[in-house]
Amino acid sequence: MARDIDTLAEEIQGPSPAAILRRRVFGHYGLLFGATALLVIVALAVLAPLLAGHDPYAQSLVARMKPPFWMEGSDPNHLLGTDHLGRDYLARLLYGARISLAIGLIAALISGLIGTTMGVAAGYFGGRVDLVVTFLVNVRLAMPVVLVALAVVAVLGGSLQVVIVVLGFLLWDRFAVVMRSSTLQVRGLEYVNAAKAIGCSTRRIILSEIMPNILNNLIVVMTLEMAHAILLEAALSFLGLGVQPPTPSWGLMISEGKQMMLFEPWVIAIPGVALFILVLAINLLGDGLRDITAPENRS
Amino acid sequence: MSAAGSSPPVLELAGVTKTYRVKQGLFSKPKPLQAVGGVDLRIRKKDVLGLVGESGCGKSTLAKILLGLEAPTSGRVMVDGIEAAGQDRTLLARRIQPIFQDPYSSLNPRKSIEDIIALPLVVHKVGDSAGRAQAVSKMLDLVGLPQRVRRGYPNQLSGGQRQRVAIARALVMKPEIVICDEPTSALDVSVQSQILNLLGDLREELSLTYLFISHNLAVVEHLATRVAVMYLGRIVEEAPAADLFAEPRHPYTKALLASVLTPDPSMSVPDTHLGASYPNPIAPPGGCHFHPRCAAVRDICKTVPPPHVSSAEGHVDCHLYAERTQAA
Amino acid sequence: MSEEPILAVEGLTIDIPMAQGTLHAVRGIDFELNRGETLCIVGESGSGKSLTSLAVMGLLPKRLECAARKLAFRGTELQGLPASAMRQLRGNRMAMIFQEPMTSLNPAYTIGDQLAEALLLHRRVSKAEARARAVELLGKVGITAAGSRLSQYPHQLSGGLRQRVMIAMALMCEPELVIADEPTTALDVTIQAQILRLLVDLQREMNMAMILVTHDLGVVARVADKVAVMYAGEVVEQGTAKEIFGHPSHPYTQGLLRCIPVPGRTKPGEHLGSIPGIVPSLIGKVEGCAFRTRCDLAESACAKPVPIHRTQGGHAWRCIHSRTKKADTERMPA
Repeated sequence: MARDIDTLAEEIQGPSPAAILRRRVFGHYGLLFGATALLVIVALAVLAPLLAGHDPYAQSLVARMKPPFWMEGSDPNHLLGTDHLGRDYLARLLYGARISLAIGLIAALISGLIGTTMGVAAGYFGGRVDLVVTFLVNVRLAMPVVLVALAVVAVLGGSLQVVIVVLGFLLWDRFAVVMRSSTLQVRGLEYVNAAKAIGCSTRRIILSEIMPNILNNLIVVMTLEMAHAILLEAALSFLGLGVQPPTPSWGLMISEGKQMMLFEPWVIAIPGVALFILVLAINLLGDGLRDITAPENRS
Repeated sequence: MSAAGSSPPVLELAGVTKTYRVKQGLFSKPKPLQAVGGVDLRIRKKDVLGLVGESGCGKSTLAKILLGLEAPTSGRVMVDGIEAAGQDRTLLARRIQPIFQDPYSSLNPRKSIEDIIALPLVVHKVGDSAGRAQAVSKMLDLVGLPQRVRRGYPNQLSGGQRQRVAIARALVMKPEIVICDEPTSALDVSVQSQILNLLGDLREELSLTYLFISHNLAVVEHLATRVAVMYLGRIVEEAPAADLFAEPRHPYTKALLASVLTPDPSMSVPDTHLGASYPNPIAPPGGCHFHPRCAAVRDICKTVPPPHVSSAEGHVDCHLYAERTQAA
Repeated sequence: MSEEPILAVEGLTIDIPMAQGTLHAVRGIDFELNRGETLCIVGESGSGKSLTSLAVMGLLPKRLECAARKLAFRGTELQGLPASAMRQLRGNRMAMIFQEPMTSLNPAYTIGDQLAEALLLHRRVSKAEARARAVELLGKVGITAAGSRLSQYPHQLSGGLRQRVMIAMALMCEPELVIADEPTTALDVTIQAQILRLLVDLQREMNMAMILVTHDLGVVARVADKVAVMYAGEVVEQGTAKEIFGHPSHPYTQGLLRCIPVPGRTKPGEHLGSIPGIVPSLIGKVEGCAFRTRCDLAESACAKPVPIHRTQGGHAWRCIHSRTKKADTERMPA
């Protein structure tokens, strides 16, 4: 029914894809908020040495458990106060952002590479390749991520590198599923047949005909898995099996603050709110990207 | 257009078949579906062979075989007398190029018009970037598109303009044969005539040979020099276009021609006498495949496959004409 | 005709709010349809022909703004009619046949269920009666072994059969008005001829009024009593089929007729006529003749409001030229 409307709109010489994208970006408040928040967090993390003013590892027995600036008895030297070892909380928060971002990004890249390769191969080649990939995805989905991560970390010992690699090798399932179905969809379109008839190699067809048209889905899954990885790292660190002290990780900060929780709730509220804002920002960004890259209406 | 043998065929199909295995249920054994059943065709240079038939008759499968997108189950495809199966697909791609039906899905939406038209040159490593840019300009002129569209993207163009881009892409490698698969059926009437005119002009200018697949017989009559009528995977009649439209022989061809609706308000909707619907290709009717729908059916048609009756200018597969030649 | 027309439309406009402004998709069209008549609305994509048919059925998407001086079905004004009253009419006294039978039939229900639904909804009948009527109509639309088809699902039928089922469904309640939107576009030529013939026969038999929306001039010529040619949201020419094809008077109609190859009239291989350019944007204010950008008879006067010429027979066209010179040369050979 919408057909006539769409063709009408299309007869008008349309703006370029870049112009459409620009218009959509600036009309999408969720995306703008998410992107801005994420940019701010990235900037804070990158500029941490300049902004922190303190060494995140430096302990001070005299300056233990200083409250943040909005509470009585705060120290203007420690805006967000200090933890139970007298380390500056702002410095630990800023350096912790680096850990969270690094884990989210690298784990999502590793799992994205694995999942996209499997998904695109399954979707494009079909047949046996598809059967094998589908089987692997099912096997992977049958494994509880947190338990497997706990087991691996327990055996190998917790460290930043181990956590990143474990998460990277566990979170590829959604990439594989989404990329497989996107590829299947694009593979049937005639421009792929046209490329084959031109004599394009399989490599070129996948890289230059299929990938650019499924990239939007990839980016969306990438943001979701990044948020997922950040939360999982926090959970693992909280359980003591992730990043090890004294590294400043938000999960670890919450974990270390939990004895103090009833008396000094800000100790866990500050890293908790940071985690919340970061994950929300990434998810809003992902949602927005999905909306603005959705294909133009046309039958 | 003259009698066979005057010039060697640029494209020749000999006994080409394509059988798919179709699974109907979860546990049933796959059944063979013969999409193309023993097709012999010869297309000479500068000919336009119109291939007509209903959907499911195998004409699109035949096009895919010619483009190298599907391998025939048996039979030979020869280009300039050289068997295509032995050749690299890239060699074939230089000689045979397609124009697809839907200009909305046949152009990659993420590529600029220039990149789309230049892609065959890039793939076959023809010329440097300056040479390619020049070739693109030439093609744009040739298909009647303004130069300013080269930096544009498919979504900025109308359906007719997109189809012109598709034609430019098909012709940039200077192929000899162009497979046009319903090139105008997705377009508006006023645009359709522009594309048909363009295809006609390009054939003259570049000495192209077309395989023109269409269900619109008025369009086929307008453009084709020869016509092949396909039914359930077989070519049931082939003849020069003028002869076939003036005097159709096969009952199916007659029915097809009768169903063409010319814009003549003094006539009403014709009765094609094609009672039953298109048969299931997995279980084709015995004897002549067309017999359940044929107005001139006889007993022999139900059991014996029709003979191949050749004439100087073509052939027809039908029992009606076998008897006549035997009697003569 | 002293009888009240089945459908009377005056000054119908449809606006589509868009990011860049309002798109005036249909801009003031009038037509009338009497019992037993077939009106063909012909036009290219973007002409507003499908929107017009949806507007009559009250099926336009909500975000579109539709207004008319008059939109009356048998004297009853449809605008402002409560939704329940509209539902009483739809499927009962007016019915619609869509282009794509696969998407307009519900894949989850059997043919029998879907056929009986309208009847059970609008008439006090038992299930057995509805079933009997379904079998009767399937027979009428030329489906053999109708009884066994009732328990089949849409995907088990071929395209031609599905379109026959759609037609049977539309006719279950013996509507007075049937609107068919490109009913044969998705079908093969042979099936197209069969379906059209069926539609025409049934329409005569049941003495229905029919609106057929199509882009195919061949279909129009063979089926229509009256023809309305639409371009860019306006009816540019209206008249009987004989008048439209015999004396096309609007340059657009003339151009369209020159564009199609006609066996026996156009010479194979010769250039077909064409209409250069594209449909103009209908966003924002549209003034004067919308076709002037593509018309070789355009003058400066075309940018001002265009008069409508009428002959005594009711043939009307919207053009500054009373009858263009080309009209006479374009006459079809009798």
